[in-house]
Amino acid sequence: MLAMNYRGPLRVRASQKPMPKIEHPQDAIVRVTRSCICGSDLHLYNGSVPDTRVGMTFGHEFTGIVEEVGSEVTKIKVGDHVLVPFNIACGQCAFCKQELYGNCHESNPQATAVGGIFGYSHTAGGYNGGQAEYARVPYANVGPTIIPEGMDPDDAVLLTDVVPTGYQAAEMGGIQKGDTVVVFGAGPVGIMAAKCSWLFGAGRVIIIDQVDYRLEFARNYAQCEAYNFNEIGDPVLFLKKETDWMGADVCIDAVGAEAAGNAMQTITGRKLLLQAGSATAVHWAINSVKKGGIISIVGVYGPTDNLIPIGNVLNKGLTIRANQASVKRLLPRLIEHVQNGVLNPKGLITHRIPLEEVSDAYRIFSEKLDNCIKPILISPSAGL
Amino acid sequence: MENTTKDYSHIKGWGIDADPKNDPTYPMKRRTNEEHLGYSWERPTLQPQTVEILHSNERPNVTAVFGTSTPPSGLSGMIRRLAFKKTENDYGHWLPLILADRINVVEGIIEDLRSGHVPNIFAEKGYKAEWKYNRGGLLRKAAVAAILSYGVVAYFRAKKKRKHNY
Repeated sequence: MLAMNYRGPLRVRASQKPMPKIEHPQDAIVRVTRSCICGSDLHLYNGSVPDTRVGMTFGHEFTGIVEEVGSEVTKIKVGDHVLVPFNIACGQCAFCKQELYGNCHESNPQATAVGGIFGYSHTAGGYNGGQAEYARVPYANVGPTIIPEGMDPDDAVLLTDVVPTGYQAAEMGGIQKGDTVVVFGAGPVGIMAAKCSWLFGAGRVIIIDQVDYRLEFARNYAQCEAYNFNEIGDPVLFLKKETDWMGADVCIDAVGAEAAGNAMQTITGRKLLLQAGSATAVHWAINSVKKGGIISIVGVYGPTDNLIPIGNVLNKGLTIRANQASVKRLLPRLIEHVQNGVLNPKGLITHRIPLEEVSDAYRIFSEKLDNCIKPILISPSAGL
Repeated sequence: MENTTKDYSHIKGWGIDADPKNDPTYPMKRRTNEEHLGYSWERPTLQPQTVEILHSNERPNVTAVFGTSTPPSGLSGMIRRLAFKKTENDYGHWLPLILADRINVVEGIIEDLRSGHVPNIFAEKGYKAEWKYNRGGLLRKAAVAAILSYGVVAYFRAKKKRKHNY
């Protein structure tokens, strides 16, 4: 089968790989109908996630048609069209039972700090991902969800990560009616977090980035204010002034390790790898939120350390909330929002690229070429 | 509190200010405190290990399921095995893994060549897209790289010449 094949930092190609097979009685094999490149795939692509092995297939956002199921699979059957949450979760451990599906204790042998994630290095379990014609889906009784009749597959594929992650970012902010919410990062997740902040009653939503076309997109898609941090001076001072010198009620980091905007963070975090990525967004979040405010982190960082002003967290009495989105927990509500037209995930998709051109797709997304917001990959056997 | 099997009656005031509603993890987590019972849940069927699986030494076993995408091999595999002797809390775990990743890139090229495939690094890096959508930027990057390379070569040539003159 054709699959994305990682060859090293900034080098990927589409090549033939063996078909996945059932390796556990709760496995399913799906024929992938849609897969996306996620902003967090770029951390792998750039070589900043330890234990990213050559030959691996990335892709944790995908939908597919069930082709084969293991002997213990009862919740889905051959022929079902399913969306596959990016978390691999057993549903039986103490953490899954508490709906922490992103923190499963039975899906990632290599690290205890994160549950299994499709196509996300051996630090997240060593699973091949969905940027391929076929994929192995473990714990098929738990994660894969049948796509409701009438739902556009383009909407469905964004329910595997982007929508729940953006929604949970806003949810973890504990937004109260009238709150000012600042989102750092106008990528797909940041834009979705801005959009979802309104659902929790935000009074004002501001998004900060440096890419003008993305800021323009965010203004239109999420009906929020959008500012280029290269044009506003110190973003922390700007936000203080904008909030009558109080600071925002809630700040969301939707950037993670690839952040720009602070030379020291960029050099130590992204160039020299002395930190687990550049922590500029969380740094700005801590300094621009009000005293007693809440920081919500969904931007992904590596497993080592980052330089952040932790003293200010103490002195300002901040609450920091962070997690990988618990997709399964959120899906019922989010499916409802999509069906009722409250959320329009497919509006984020700007590029549809054949899987064969995966090298170009990564370059386009990584370098923000051709006004790219969200690229999806279509495999030659997608069939729809 | 709920799910607490131990008796704390000997501690005066134990739990008198407990407030289950004061739970900043909700709604992310529906607290059951099941983990207070330790690693005691009924585990899923265990996946047979058909390839070498390294596991964190912060857990007692391999998880019930796991990925089998790219088992450790070669020099990078040897380094990975050493890395997994250290905890996730230790740089001795993560830094060797990053080193192994870089060595693995060279191993990948060797593996390609051995199987008769010459990797097209220009294509793998997506330069076709860069050429299409950002030609000016790509040419600028190429020019800077050329100037830097020329500078380095010129510097070493000059150094070599000076050495010969002495």
